[in-house]
Amino acid sequence: MIRLQNIEKVYRTNTVETMALNSISLNVAKGEFLSIMGPSGCGKSTLLNIIGLLDAPSKGEIKIDDQKTDHMSDKQLANFRNKKLGFIFQSYHLINDLKVLDNVELPLLYRTSSGSERKKLASAALEKVGLSNRVKHFPTQLSGGQKQRVAIARAIVGNPEIILADEPTGNLDSAMGNEIMDILQYLNTTEGATIIMVTHDENMAKRTHRLVRLFDGSQVQ
Amino acid sequence: MLKNYFKIAIAVLKRRKFFTFISLFGISFTLAIIILVATFLDYVLSAGYPDTNRNRELYVSHMQLNSSKNHSQYNGGPSFYFINRYVTTLKTPEKIAIFSNSSATNSYTNNKKKVNNLRYTNDKFWDVLQFSFTAGKPYGKQQLDNAEKVAVISEETSEAYFTDDAAAVGKYIETDNVQYRIIGVVKSLPFSSNVYADMWVPYTLTKEDLKNTGLMGGYSAILLMSSKDDLDKTREEYDQMVSKVPMQDKQFDQMFTFADSYFQSFIRSMHLAEGTNSGMGIFLSFAGIIVLLFLLLPTLNLVNLNISRIIDRSSEIGVRKAFGASSKTLVYQFVIENLILTFLGGILGVVLSFVIIQVANSSNIMPNMVLSINFNVLFVTLLACVVFGLLSGVYPAWRMSRMHVVTALKAQ
Repeated sequence: MIRLQNIEKVYRTNTVETMALNSISLNVAKGEFLSIMGPSGCGKSTLLNIIGLLDAPSKGEIKIDDQKTDHMSDKQLANFRNKKLGFIFQSYHLINDLKVLDNVELPLLYRTSSGSERKKLASAALEKVGLSNRVKHFPTQLSGGQKQRVAIARAIVGNPEIILADEPTGNLDSAMGNEIMDILQYLNTTEGATIIMVTHDENMAKRTHRLVRLFDGSQVQ
Repeated sequence: MLKNYFKIAIAVLKRRKFFTFISLFGISFTLAIIILVATFLDYVLSAGYPDTNRNRELYVSHMQLNSSKNHSQYNGGPSFYFINRYVTTLKTPEKIAIFSNSSATNSYTNNKKKVNNLRYTNDKFWDVLQFSFTAGKPYGKQQLDNAEKVAVISEETSEAYFTDDAAAVGKYIETDNVQYRIIGVVKSLPFSSNVYADMWVPYTLTKEDLKNTGLMGGYSAILLMSSKDDLDKTREEYDQMVSKVPMQDKQFDQMFTFADSYFQSFIRSMHLAEGTNSGMGIFLSFAGIIVLLFLLLPTLNLVNLNISRIIDRSSEIGVRKAFGASSKTLVYQFVIENLILTFLGGILGVVLSFVIIQVANSSNIMPNMVLSINFNVLFVTLLACVVFGLLSGVYPAWRMSRMHVVTALKAQ
């Protein structure tokens, strides 16, 4: 489903050139739950951003569903992300000015769906993560675990095939972290979502199908 | 989608209340001034008491004489001779009002000194203009032909000398050592009126030599048509008539004078016209530049405030991009948000200007002038809001939308 070939990412300033990713090749099958581990600064998030088409590689090729992504325009990339990908971030990135339901609806705003349809889908997504009783709350009124569940609902509301999670349990205690992992596992096994998760936590990684380890921008496992 | 933008726009406004106050204050103050200027211009340029037939009238109030030999040019009004000898021969107008420029005269009546603005007019003046008589009646052709020393005075003048308007009729008023018998009192005019005066008397009473054949002088005419369909026909007839007028003074070889709409006549009075060029283009360009310059300062202020909000909203920008918003969609969103802000400012501006207008009307700062905000003014306000919103919103929106998604997400 996802095919990365010789991906390189170089950050350049006037004086320094930093190789963030060095010749990464990776295949992720449909329905797979993959975790990426490595020490801080090894390029985990950079790799996830590149897979999520939020950042472009300096070299190499990415194919998602056999579609080359390197020549896509801004509009095509936005559309592709909207249909195929769902993101979960460590710091949730919820919009504090919007209520929970409005936050979850957000990806649907960039599709042609009616307001009532958006509400129906967002409510269903919140139901899946067990937060249907918090639709009218603002993110600031929720706990960390609840915020992350809202973020998961937002990621799955558009029914994307791929979910990219960047340290989704990083800001949570282990009990809350396990709850989040339960939801991700449910989405993977029951709904068939392909999930790529960046984590620092060995225990969380053990609950996935496969582990990829990075070190100084290179794949070591 | 728009509902979502609206929710966000309101939430952003609530988030940083001081910034919002500064923004709204700048916008509403600027728009209030634009509304006040628009209201004033609308009042001056729209048909109103006593000139209520403007949609079927043309105005002859300017003349330009050119000398190609000396490269000199004279601008002014037409003479009584020109209007009486040539303009009154036009067949299409139903009626033609003739009136002089107003002149300040000193009046000593009932031992009171007052400066009265006086105009000399013909009898048709009272038919063309819809004066409201509170007492008495206007003078007619016979009184004009007989040069009877009669006068119509304004209510304000009447109140200055007499107990009531009815008591004024039949009394005498002396101004510049001439005694006039008051035969009518009319409701006072706003000073912005083109026929504003305190007294109107028959033109046959003027000390000026009406037989002087000079083409330029201090008179004007209003041509009233039976229907507005006759306006173009009258203009053509007027132009043909002008082409046949012999030049009295040999030093001039070109004459420009037109039967204008009120607006054209207003612009011509600003001396922007040159020959056949009515000056409309210059006026509109000039007015546009003034409005833009006036909008520029608050616009720059709002641009600055909007840019400073980028950092606040970087996470939101990143999230929206990650979930499928293109840069163009984000520009659209931020421009809409800014338009919402400027419309809120517009509403405050309308309220503010409404209060100012009410205060100005009740305090009689502008005598006999009752300003009001009408649909024309609201349309101008709406237009100003859109221009203001776009000017101050597009650049910050473009900056926001160009923000790299990863950088935006990291900024929080």
